[in-house]
Amino acid sequence: MSQAAHDGPTDDRTARGLALSGDPAPEAPQPPETLPLDAWHRKRGGRMVPFAGYLMPVQYDGIIAEHLWTRSSASLFDVSHMGQLFLSGDGADVALEALIPADLATVKLGQLRYSLLLNEKGGILDDLIVSRWRDGLYMVVNGATKWDDIGWMREHLPDEIGMNHMEDRALLALQGPQAAAALARHASGEHNLADLVFMTGGRFSIAGVDAWISRSGYTGEDGFEISIPAEAAARVADALCGEPEVKPAGLGARDSLRLEAGLPLYGHDLDEGTTPIEADLGFAVANRRREAGGFPGHARIMIERDQGTVRRRVGLVIEGRQPVREGALVLDADGSMVGRVTSGGFSPSLERPIAMAYVPVAAAATGSTVRIEQRGKIFSGTVTPLPFVPHRYVRLAQSARGSAA
Amino acid sequence: MSYYYTRDHEWISVNGTSHDTIATVGITDYAQAQLGDIVFVEAPPKGTKLSKGGECAVVESVKAASDIYAPVTGEVVEPNRALEGEPALVNSSPEDDGWFFKMTLADSTELEGLMNAAEYKAYVASL
Repeated sequence: MSQAAHDGPTDDRTARGLALSGDPAPEAPQPPETLPLDAWHRKRGGRMVPFAGYLMPVQYDGIIAEHLWTRSSASLFDVSHMGQLFLSGDGADVALEALIPADLATVKLGQLRYSLLLNEKGGILDDLIVSRWRDGLYMVVNGATKWDDIGWMREHLPDEIGMNHMEDRALLALQGPQAAAALARHASGEHNLADLVFMTGGRFSIAGVDAWISRSGYTGEDGFEISIPAEAAARVADALCGEPEVKPAGLGARDSLRLEAGLPLYGHDLDEGTTPIEADLGFAVANRRREAGGFPGHARIMIERDQGTVRRRVGLVIEGRQPVREGALVLDADGSMVGRVTSGGFSPSLERPIAMAYVPVAAAATGSTVRIEQRGKIFSGTVTPLPFVPHRYVRLAQSARGSAA
Repeated sequence: MSYYYTRDHEWISVNGTSHDTIATVGITDYAQAQLGDIVFVEAPPKGTKLSKGGECAVVESVKAASDIYAPVTGEVVEPNRALEGEPALVNSSPEDDGWFFKMTLADSTELEGLMNAAEYKAYVASL
């Protein structure tokens, strides 16, 4: 037995681009670092693998079991590898808007917004979440790209804008339909937890620890992300996993869940050679910014938005039982390569292989079939609307739900 | 029934070593545990000629695809059709119901280069 295909998005790889000649020689590979919950994961039976420069649990009981548990109950994911950044200072909104296509004026206190760090060509340097706190902007960026992001922003933001890399904080994601019930037994704060809706957050206390909790996540389920001081992470994780609805889950299930939810993963489905329009993330370019511009790649992105692109990210269901993986080729009728699979695997919920791929726009309509080649074998994929599994975000506060009833 | 093991974590079981002996091939419990949830097995069809060490089957877990190598030279006489509908048999019963295929044995002396159960156990412990 030997591994024939790469490990998918839990592999250990550099996220961004090739070294250019003239770049300093790459440093010797660093051994992976440990995260605040390292011992906690090991004690719970997590199988640790290198990912984004850290040792992280890929699974505990098994990926399919953890995946299905998340969809039916609730799972706790450690996402402390992600970068937590805080921007402050007068003009932070304007300064950040020069780097991302979001309209931060519409991001009110306690709101979250998905956005993209773009280069001059409109290519995606990272995808991120920005939230408004009382005294500045809190951002969560991808773990594998955080050092590049910090360098990019430090280079492009004015000196008077402060940027704090909150390395002393852990980040946990509690995801699943029972997440709210389990969390409510431990969290109290400036809002009634049940009144937090999707993509909002606030200050809470959880298990006696000060936390920023938002109703958000990357599984397609209702759920929360919990930012806490690193030294308190084990206490909070113990409290949450002490609830009967909650079990820990690893990177493997996180990946299969986000794939079913149609959510792109940076370094795989998104990279600096891909634009928001190609990636079908045009929603992240805010209305005001479309007209006003002032972010990197604006001209190209507007042309692509108006005139279309050559290729687009789509969802595919794959005929048969065998998954296609990242790197499989999309072929045209003549057998020429016209696209590439960027994420692929077996969907535990649908019990069939699914994938995301970039295909020519002419082949991107729902119901189109494409041919895929992987290791000399031809597969058939059918373009399917994303998400594969419906999102179950909570968009209406409980008080509003109550009055509507 | 004698079991032999490869360093690539395949097992092969044989009943005697006469020229018409049929051997059964699969992957070990260690291998299935390393792979995790298995969602697809592509076993070679009947009549496939295998040479020792050559790729002969593909096993896909949720996360990754892996090649399986023929432990000995011979010809496939029967793939395990049960794996088509229930590939998870490889997880639940790797060295019994989760067998991959049965094959003829072209040269029974090839078995001598493989590990026995005790040797394989020691080998896995050393990994």
